[in-house]
Amino acid sequence: MDRKITLAHGDGGELAHKLIQQIFVSAFGNTRESHFDASFLSLDSGQIAVTTDSFVVKPLFFPGGDIGKIAVSGTVNDLAVAGAVPLYLTAGFIIEEGFLLADLRQIVQSLADEARAAGVRVVAGDTKVVEKGSVDGVYINTAGIGIARSGKTVDPKTIESGDVVITSGTIGDHGIAILAARGELGLVTDLKSDCAPLNRMIDAVMDAAIAVKMMRDPTRGGVATTLVEIAEDFKVTIQLQEQALPIRREVVGACDILGFDPLYLANEGKVLMIVPKAEEERTLAILRRFPEGANAATIGEVTDTENGKLLLETPLGSRRRLHRLSGMMLPRIC
Amino acid sequence: MQTLFEPQDPAVAKKLAQKLIHLADSYRERTGIMPTFMEVCGSHTMALARTGVKLILQGHVRLLSGPGCPVCVTDQKQIDAMIELAESDDRIVCTFGDMIRVPGSKRSLQSAKTEGRDIRIVYSPLDAVRIAEENPDRDVVFLGVGFETTVPVLAAALQLAYKKQLKNFSMWATTKLVQPVLRTLLTEKHVKINGFLLPGHVSIVLGQHAYQFLVDEFQMPGVISGFETVEMLSAIYQLVKMLDADHPAIMNNYKSVVRENGNPAAQKLMFDYFEPCDEAWRGIGMIPQSGLDIREKYAAYNAKKKFKIEVGEPKKTRCRCGDMICGLATPEECILFGKACTPLHPVGPCMVSTEGACSAHYAYMRKDG
Repeated sequence: MDRKITLAHGDGGELAHKLIQQIFVSAFGNTRESHFDASFLSLDSGQIAVTTDSFVVKPLFFPGGDIGKIAVSGTVNDLAVAGAVPLYLTAGFIIEEGFLLADLRQIVQSLADEARAAGVRVVAGDTKVVEKGSVDGVYINTAGIGIARSGKTVDPKTIESGDVVITSGTIGDHGIAILAARGELGLVTDLKSDCAPLNRMIDAVMDAAIAVKMMRDPTRGGVATTLVEIAEDFKVTIQLQEQALPIRREVVGACDILGFDPLYLANEGKVLMIVPKAEEERTLAILRRFPEGANAATIGEVTDTENGKLLLETPLGSRRRLHRLSGMMLPRIC
Repeated sequence: MQTLFEPQDPAVAKKLAQKLIHLADSYRERTGIMPTFMEVCGSHTMALARTGVKLILQGHVRLLSGPGCPVCVTDQKQIDAMIELAESDDRIVCTFGDMIRVPGSKRSLQSAKTEGRDIRIVYSPLDAVRIAEENPDRDVVFLGVGFETTVPVLAAALQLAYKKQLKNFSMWATTKLVQPVLRTLLTEKHVKINGFLLPGHVSIVLGQHAYQFLVDEFQMPGVISGFETVEMLSAIYQLVKMLDADHPAIMNNYKSVVRENGNPAAQKLMFDYFEPCDEAWRGIGMIPQSGLDIREKYAAYNAKKKFKIEVGEPKKTRCRCGDMICGLATPEECILFGKACTPLHPVGPCMVSTEGACSAHYAYMRKDG
């Protein structure tokens, strides 16, 4: 096979066939489905959950993952935090002419490995090749299908004062890891992106019959934006303790230099949960059994169920209101 | 696991805050004056708001934002000129992130970029030199905005471009000096304050002695401070103490990085490539010898000489950024704040920059919305 993707790889002919067979079908190991234009799936009866997400991350390879891994974790996590059990994925690739086949192979393999590890199957796919300059390397869209758990739902209507807010780990790792990996900011760090599918960890919490009242993964916009949305959507006041926020030293340092607020940095392998106070310790214990939940911590509590707002108590004891991320975060001059 | 604060910090900070408030209140009882200080540096403005220091001191100590946000003090005509500079197909304009959304009279760099102009955000001016090397057929211009903190790095970029004999690199320098503007605020603007919270980063370059004139000429105390909660509280406490004892002095509360004479190597680099010039400031106007321009020897790298950029008189708005940087208005006193002017639709630079008074107030201290 040639070393680089050409427009002919996307024309539906001989080269396209080879590309699909040699890179995609072999990685996903589902030869049966690939013989038809659509896949037939068997699902247990009940409600199904569907979600889709597109991935345009730059750089394509970064410490802790690549676009293939993130294309799995992003979609799997969206299903999992909604309370569904992820089962199937589709994957659509838009590839730039001239893209290295070796890189594509690595990305597809990583996508396949992550899907396998998360226990989901990739059952449909598509590739398009576009002219050089039309996309930046490769873009991936994944759609996910899952089923609702029988009898166990995430019910935000039951949120009440005293419930606690838990994060499954340190905040802001992905945001800073990606910025550093772009190499534009002169930052050198060992920091890795946290990107990971969280469905097995979330399964463990749900299977332990913990009454999770709300779950969301704090991706773009970070912990603050995600919690503002929850607060506003369900008319609850959430108060965070600044001292309780788990955060790596490297992230604090990078934020100091760049003028960023870690509460607004993206995470790709974290879940925020609201659980009853009585189940706080049990939830933390389960999360901490998993490597991706090793630094799980309680970061705040629900203080009111009438006003939808997010508050932060600083170590000085002063309280301030947090808002959505407003515009892009830009590095400052000095 | 590390949290945002060292475990001992909150207790120390709380105690310090109580001590500070107590002293400030007793001073006010005795004199009828609420201690009022100006934080010169934009990063202090942000840190005071983010850490809650400003909030907890409300009603006891008044903190006014000063002229230390580089984008905010840049004259609107210069901003318009820099945006105009980007309106050419064959140029690459490189800028610090803060500049990109600052509104010009016609549009911002951001909207020029959206419409296809080649405008790139870099973190260091040295990156712009690298971009010039990689694009030998195109002119690369760096927008050199900043105080003494930034100028040595601008000089390093000129040094590198000169060493590499690059013909396609140049810099639009509109830089500012701290001492002249502090003097102007105290003389012409009659700013009513009792002392300065002096900038940490600038002082690394300038050194402690650079502020002695505040005491000698104006009997005005000043404390150089870092950016952590305890550091800022401690510096403000020292200010109140000096005020209370009527014993003004310049204190260095950031000794881990600021020396008496600053950084002589950085100062030398700065004056090797730049020379003092008259500079216009937003809200203040021209201050003699308050900026630095590229020396004649390096005129080939001076974008102001290389390109013919003409802009008209800037569009007038009701934005009060000019008053804000002189400590003459607070964000809440601006009629546009939070309504016509938000981070998504900024009217003035104070709402754009991460060091701007309005941006800090909007992010961390606004009451509703």
